[in-house]
Amino acid sequence: MSANNSDTPGGTIKFLAGNEACVEGAIAAGCRFFGGYPISPSSEIAERMSAVLPTLGGKFIQMEDEIASMGAIIGASLAGAKAMTATSGPGFSLMQENMGFAMMAEVPCLVVNVMRGGPSTGNPTGPSQSDVLQCRWGTHGDHPAIVLCPSTIREVFDTTVKCFNFAERMRTVTVLAMDEIMGHLREKIVIPPASEIYVENRKRPTLEPGQPYNPFEPDDDLVPPMLNYGEGYRYHVTGLDHDKTGFPSGSAEVQESLHRRLVDKIEKNRETLILDQKVHLEDAEVLVVAYGSTARSARRAVEEARAKGVKAGLYRPITLFPLPEKQIRQAASKAKRVVVPEMNLGQYRLEVERVLGHPVTGVHRVNGEPIPPSLILSAILGD
Amino acid sequence: MSMDYFQYLRKERMPHIWCPGCGHGTIMKSILRAVDKLKWNKDEVVVVSGIGCSSRTPGYLDFNTLHTTHGRALSFATGVKLANPKFHVVVISGDGDAMAIGGNHFIHSCRRNIEITLIVFNNNIYGMTGGQASPTTFFGAKGTTAPYGSVEQPFDVCALATGSGATFVARCLDLDAVAMDRLIHQALQNKGFSVVDAWSQCTTYFGRQNKWGEASDMMERYKGLTYNVKLADKMTTEEKQDKYPVGVIHQVTRPEFCAEYDKLIERVRSQE
Repeated sequence: MSANNSDTPGGTIKFLAGNEACVEGAIAAGCRFFGGYPISPSSEIAERMSAVLPTLGGKFIQMEDEIASMGAIIGASLAGAKAMTATSGPGFSLMQENMGFAMMAEVPCLVVNVMRGGPSTGNPTGPSQSDVLQCRWGTHGDHPAIVLCPSTIREVFDTTVKCFNFAERMRTVTVLAMDEIMGHLREKIVIPPASEIYVENRKRPTLEPGQPYNPFEPDDDLVPPMLNYGEGYRYHVTGLDHDKTGFPSGSAEVQESLHRRLVDKIEKNRETLILDQKVHLEDAEVLVVAYGSTARSARRAVEEARAKGVKAGLYRPITLFPLPEKQIRQAASKAKRVVVPEMNLGQYRLEVERVLGHPVTGVHRVNGEPIPPSLILSAILGD
Repeated sequence: MSMDYFQYLRKERMPHIWCPGCGHGTIMKSILRAVDKLKWNKDEVVVVSGIGCSSRTPGYLDFNTLHTTHGRALSFATGVKLANPKFHVVVISGDGDAMAIGGNHFIHSCRRNIEITLIVFNNNIYGMTGGQASPTTFFGAKGTTAPYGSVEQPFDVCALATGSGATFVARCLDLDAVAMDRLIHQALQNKGFSVVDAWSQCTTYFGRQNKWGEASDMMERYKGLTYNVKLADKMTTEEKQDKYPVGVIHQVTRPEFCAEYDKLIERVRSQE
C-alpha cells in the first residue's frame, strides 16, 4: 500500500509548507484540540492551529511546557476530542513520559515531531533525522510504536490523516516524524475533497442496558472499544498496571497479559499499518532504503544510477515503525549492496542490518545540511 | 449527616491504601459531602490526580476518574475541561505532586483561571515513597531525606496560589471537618481556578520521624501552627510568625479561561 501522491480531481490546489499541510491534514482527520508549546522548527503548526481551530469550534491551548501539552491532549482525548501536539527534539524528550501514559492507558492522540539536530538544544533550525529511534523507544518500558514519516507535502497531509486514523483504530499515541526540511519545504499540494478522505474514529462498544463496560477488555483485534468520559459509564484510567476494568492490579498474570497485549495489538495488526513506496525494485542489485526528506535525494540518486546502467532501486518506508521487516527483506532479495542514507549516524541502518542480518553501507550526515544526491550516488556506485 | 456515601464510592475498591490515622479519608468524605450538596450529575464529574497517597483517591470514587503521571494532573485536567467545559473537574494532589514536580502546572493553572478545583492533600511529606521531605515540610522538620531537619524554606500553598492568580484560595485542617465542608463547597462553586490547601496528618512517616505522636496529637500541632484568617487583623506580627491562616484566604472575580475561549470562538465565527 502506498500513500497517494497524485493530483486528485475536485481537490483544492494550494501552495503549502509541510507544517501547514500537517494542519490541513489534522483538521481533515477531525482534530479539534491542540495543546502545544513553541519550539523551532515546529511552531508554525501551533500558530496555524491557534487560528484555525476556533473557526471550527475547536480548542487550542498554549501550555506551560511540553510535558503539560502531552497531558492536555490525553485529557482532551478522554473527553472525546481528537487531539494532537507538535514539537521538536527537546520538547519531544519532555513528552516521553506522558506518551508512555497514552500507550499504557490506550488514549488515542498524535504527536508530531519536526526533527532538528540534537542532542540537547543542538541545531534548532537545521534538519535532522536523529530522533528516529527515540520515536520508537523514547518512553520507558516495553511498548508499541507507530511512526510515520512523509517525503512530500501532499504526503504530510496524507500521513497526518493516517496517524489520526491509526491512533483511533489502535487506541494509542502515534508519531508523525517530520524533519525541518519537510516542515518548511513549500510545494504545490492538491488537497482532496472531504468525501475522498478516509477518516476513522475510535471503535465503540455495543453494550446491553445494565451491562458493565470494561474499558480495557479487548476484542479479537486486541483493541478494546472505547467510550469517552461523560457517556454514562464512569470508568477509571491509570498508568499503573491494570486489569480489564481499568483498576490497578498487582497480579502477575494480569501484568504479563497487559504488556503482551499492548505490544501484540500493534504486532498482530502490523501489515495494516505499513505504508511504503517501492521504486525500481523488481531487478534492483543496489538497494537504497531511505525515508523522509532524505528519500527525495535518494530517489534522484537512484534515477541517476539507472541512467548510468546500474540497477539501483529505492525502498522508502513511510511507516518507519512497526518496522516493515518483511518488505525490507523482500526489497533486498536481489541486492548485492544495500545503502541507507540518513541525517544521523546510523539509527535506521541498525534496524535494516538487524533485519537483513548483515552490515550495510551507511551514508550519514549530522551537520544540519541535507544529504545531496551525489553522496548517495557515490555509495550506490561503490565509489 | 444522613447522606449515603456509598452512592459515590466504589465499594469493590475497598479497603483503601491509607494508613490508620491518615487524614486523607476525612478530606475525601468532605469532597463527597460538597458534591452531594451541589447535586452534581456523577457522569459529569471528572476527578483527576497525579501520583502519591492522595492521588489514589479517584480510584475509590464513582466518577469519571483519571490517575495520571507524577505532578501532571492539572495538565490532563486542563485538557479535559477545555475540550468539554460541561465537566465539573476536581483535581486531587499531594504536596509533593502539586508543589514540587507539578509546581509549574500549579502556577499556570492559577494564572489561566480555568474552572478547576485543586485540593492539595497536604501532609508535609512524601508518604508513598517512604517519608522524604517535601516542599511543604516545615523548616527544621525531619524527613528520610532530611534526617537532620530540613534547612529549606517551605512553600505557603495559599500564598503561591494567590500570587499566581487563583480566584478562590482556602486552607483547612482535617481537624475541623465542618469548616472543611464549607470551604470545599465554596471552592467547587467558584467560576475559576480554586485551590484548597487541606492539611492531613501523616502519622506513619511525618509523625514518627518528628515524634509528633498519634493522629490526635498531630491535629493539635496543626491547630497550634494555624490561626483563623478572620482574626488576622487583631493579631500582632509576632503572633502570626511562622503560622498559617485557615479559612478563605483569597477570593476575587476574574475572567474564566474556558468561558473566554468560548467567547473567542463566537467572535471569530461571527466575523466569518
